[in-house]
Amino acid sequence: MLLERNNRSSFLQEIEGKREVEISSCFQCKKCSNGCPVNFAMDIMPHKIIHMIRLGLKDEALKSSTIWACASCETCTTRCPNNIDIAKLMDALRQMATDSGFDTAQKDVPVFHSAFLSSIKKRGRIHELGMIGEYKLKTGDFMKDSRLGWEMFKRGKLKILPSGVRGRKEIRGIFDEAGRRKRS
Amino acid sequence: MRVSYYPGCSLEGSARDYDESLRAVFDVLGIELREVEDWNCCGASSAHITDDFLSAALPMRNLEIAEKENNDLLIPCMACFNRLKSAEKAAIGEIKTDVKTSYKGKIKIKHILDFLSEDSNLASIGRFVKKPLTGIKVVSYYGCLYARPPKITDVTDYEDPRSMDKLINILGAESKPWSFKTDCCGGNLALTRIDIVRRLSNNLFDMAVEAGADCIAVACPLCHANLDTRQKEISDEYGKGYYLPVFYITELIGLSMGHSDVEKWLRRHLVDPMGLLRSVGLM
Repeated sequence: MLLERNNRSSFLQEIEGKREVEISSCFQCKKCSNGCPVNFAMDIMPHKIIHMIRLGLKDEALKSSTIWACASCETCTTRCPNNIDIAKLMDALRQMATDSGFDTAQKDVPVFHSAFLSSIKKRGRIHELGMIGEYKLKTGDFMKDSRLGWEMFKRGKLKILPSGVRGRKEIRGIFDEAGRRKRS
Repeated sequence: MRVSYYPGCSLEGSARDYDESLRAVFDVLGIELREVEDWNCCGASSAHITDDFLSAALPMRNLEIAEKENNDLLIPCMACFNRLKSAEKAAIGEIKTDVKTSYKGKIKIKHILDFLSEDSNLASIGRFVKKPLTGIKVVSYYGCLYARPPKITDVTDYEDPRSMDKLINILGAESKPWSFKTDCCGGNLALTRIDIVRRLSNNLFDMAVEAGADCIAVACPLCHANLDTRQKEISDEYGKGYYLPVFYITELIGLSMGHSDVEKWLRRHLVDPMGLLRSVGLM
């Protein structure tokens, strides 16, 4: 299916307009997909995601396991011959999927990021033990990594008491501003 | 000499060994580290995956504070380095942002590897080597975010970085060439997609062994977490008997200086490096 220049899918407009990731210069060379270290865990290859955006296949792209398998290693962005920021595109798709409350393919990953950010919002710094605790509470999976946690604890690698910044009001202000922008 | 230091959250916890060895080494070198006053988390991957504004505003606060001191800003973590460099590029208008900032971009943001491998610092480290690390074969593992994307990191040899190799060689160890210097260990998927982390890290161990290395040097808390703390379970899953101690580059420098705290740092590792160090007479 060929789309005329004036018949750009609304999905493409959203990605290139609101999300500011230019993808139109993609000529499907597949360098991103071939060089991706995580491609074995993706159901749709990154170059195909780009094509799906052109075709307006929004639900399919946002439901893909691809966007949550991406490790943000930036290999694709570094190597794209047309300077497409594919890693940023993955961020944009993840944001669209979470913002719209999409039933994502990989639930644990967004839950982790939300626990991580809530730790920053509270104290301005990550308290690893508290953050991991919140993540475990939300996923209900307490057994995974419990042995590893103990081994790290024994070696003093898990700090018990959190530290925090004095400028918590400033940090809270940054989160409030981000929230306002998201709603507007 | 005085420099600003942004430790980042991991160095207060799971990467205490990195922080302790780094401070010890700088103390010996006579370089004063001034911790960025009241620094906050850079937001790491969670911020850029979730929200563009947060991902620029959180690191920007640190740059604004650091700029007042007007010294080079040193960062030990690859992810923090990448996020603060990204905020710098936003502040100077190279990438678009909605974040308003007073940061002018006057200070240099450097990863620890870049700073320590500068000619004068390399020479200075060389002068403090008391126990050359002869007999240790090391692969240098830089991971993803030190080098990529180069438009953010300003690293020029991003496909084959050399800064850590230079350091390893000046310590008297042998840096082994390999082509997995900047391949991904799974990074921020450390706690969520352990299946991916295991597979990627297994590749790295496999290739390190093939390169003839008997240990791995890193300069990032997340690389260390994936390669050190998960090495045993990866060995078990893939039926391999990996024994590849994972050192922070600052631990190797401290070791070569004969620093008295070395054992304290290394005791925090899950893959115990003592066997290797004894076998070459360094312990």
